[in-house]
Amino acid sequence: MLSDAEWDAILISLKIAGSAVGWIMIPGIATAWILARKQFRGKVIVDSLLHLPLVLPPVVVGYLLLLSLGRNGWFGQWLDSQFGVTLPFTWQGAAIAGGVMAFPLLVRAVRLSIEAVDPGIEAAARTLGANRWRVLLTITLPLALPGLITGTVLAFARALSEFGATITFASNIPGETRTLPLALYTLIQSPGSEAAAARLCVLSIVIAILSLLASEWLAKRSRRRLQGADAP
Amino acid sequence: MTLPQDALVIDVRKQQGHFRLDACVAIAPSGVTGLFGKSGSGKTTLLRLIAGLDSPDEGSIHFQGKALTDSRKGVSVAAHHRNFGVVFQDARLFPHYRVRGNLTYGVKRSDPQHFSHVIGLLGIEHLLDRYPATLSGGEARRVAIGRALLTKPSLLLMDEPLTGLDGTRKSELLRYIARLTRDIDIPIIYVSHDTDELLAIAQHLVLLDNGRLIADGDLETLLMRFDLTEHLGGFNAASVLDARVMSHEPDYGLTRVTLDDGQQLSIPAEDAAIGQRLRLRIPVRDVALSLEPQHGCSYRNQLRAIILESAPHPCDPAAKEIRLGIGAQSLRARLTRKSCDELGLVVGREVTALVKTMAFALRE
Repeated sequence: MLSDAEWDAILISLKIAGSAVGWIMIPGIATAWILARKQFRGKVIVDSLLHLPLVLPPVVVGYLLLLSLGRNGWFGQWLDSQFGVTLPFTWQGAAIAGGVMAFPLLVRAVRLSIEAVDPGIEAAARTLGANRWRVLLTITLPLALPGLITGTVLAFARALSEFGATITFASNIPGETRTLPLALYTLIQSPGSEAAAARLCVLSIVIAILSLLASEWLAKRSRRRLQGADAP
Repeated sequence: MTLPQDALVIDVRKQQGHFRLDACVAIAPSGVTGLFGKSGSGKTTLLRLIAGLDSPDEGSIHFQGKALTDSRKGVSVAAHHRNFGVVFQDARLFPHYRVRGNLTYGVKRSDPQHFSHVIGLLGIEHLLDRYPATLSGGEARRVAIGRALLTKPSLLLMDEPLTGLDGTRKSELLRYIARLTRDIDIPIIYVSHDTDELLAIAQHLVLLDNGRLIADGDLETLLMRFDLTEHLGGFNAASVLDARVMSHEPDYGLTRVTLDDGQQLSIPAEDAAIGQRLRLRIPVRDVALSLEPQHGCSYRNQLRAIILESAPHPCDPAAKEIRLGIGAQSLRARLTRKSCDELGLVVGREVTALVKTMAFALRE
């Protein structure tokens, strides 16, 4: 039903978007928790910096990534000399670009849901002998789960649809960094591929709808559990 | 005052907006201590400091000789290391755990015997597999109390655990709490703004007003102080008498009890074994005095008493507050100033105190 190139694009997209969400998960939750529960000087500045990827042109983000993580970038050079790792023009690089673009969406959703968790319940857990980690893992995060799921799906969708930062930082290499949007772009550029482009278009819509449905279902399930599973 | 080594000794200052808590008090290491005051008097603030959920701006809290917090020495034991059980006003059960999971959340070492004892005491055996969202207000509070007790705390803090319950549920839960205070040997600090609750279960009282300590000491002693009348119930002020059950009169629905000096009283039927100690609460407005024992009158309780103290009511010019001695115990009466003058009710006078059987209200 699908051609090899189409399968390639789908699998690469899923791999890149999945890794992108994977690597931002822990820093994203940590950032969200700090913003939700801590008061500190310069919080407004940190908050605005976090939202930059949402408002900057993605190409700018891609270019900044190239400057810092590129082979001659200050961090990229160190990575290359210490570990022999190069990120630009690899799928890992695309995952970094997707993650950076998705980060603010994840943080925003998780932060809102952590803020909605009653600090009184966390205080009750502390009086029962739970330290900060146990409170986070057994009370705060489980109670924030619906928001966590929403944030993850939003971030996944954002990474999946990433174009500007990816093409700037990781380029458009077939079988390596050519994700669905990049493949679609390539097809649009070559005359006579309207039908193939339309197929990719439909594929993108199907994947998006599936992930939205999955997140709705998961969020509903976790909300029901929080309200008491055996409520009539 | 010399303090027992293991008392809870508090000496703290904390500013919160316009409110300032400045309290220095020692709390007995056993029994129930009522932390009493109007809303906004600083009760909950003080409780949070004891629990370690907040830190004082300045001062210290010591328990059993150890510093929990001491601003001068930079000591501050975290809430989860204090091993104090806390029961909050609003239960605060974990909605995503079943009742059983809530109960065992703070258990360090499993102790099935202790577990079944506590859930039996609180009557929550049948709730173990339910989620908190399906519990009634009274059930949720009982689970919250159980959850705190199962951590085997060295001190139990209860913050107005009856708030928001209706009359029936309130007295039901109060009975559970009273039973628990007899069965479990943990010092309890019970925060409330309701004198009836405290009269029912507290042995000691700490009185707060506007962030300051007004008085502290034995409940009986404080109840006898005319200067605290306004704080302790005002119009509905009451005193308490300790008595022992002698016999029951099931035909009339009455119970006879005896005071420590041998005098007897009739009270509405009380479900208690012969010989059990009861604490009787008698509203000051329900005690009448007569110079002679009365015959042909419906007052069932006539007690020989002597007037120990008498003072004008601080706010009501028509009323007078009287303190009576009955054996070693004290009983208060509020009479009109006119009666006192006409009958010559002065200190030292022997009188008969009349109390209607139906005047006895909450008892435990």
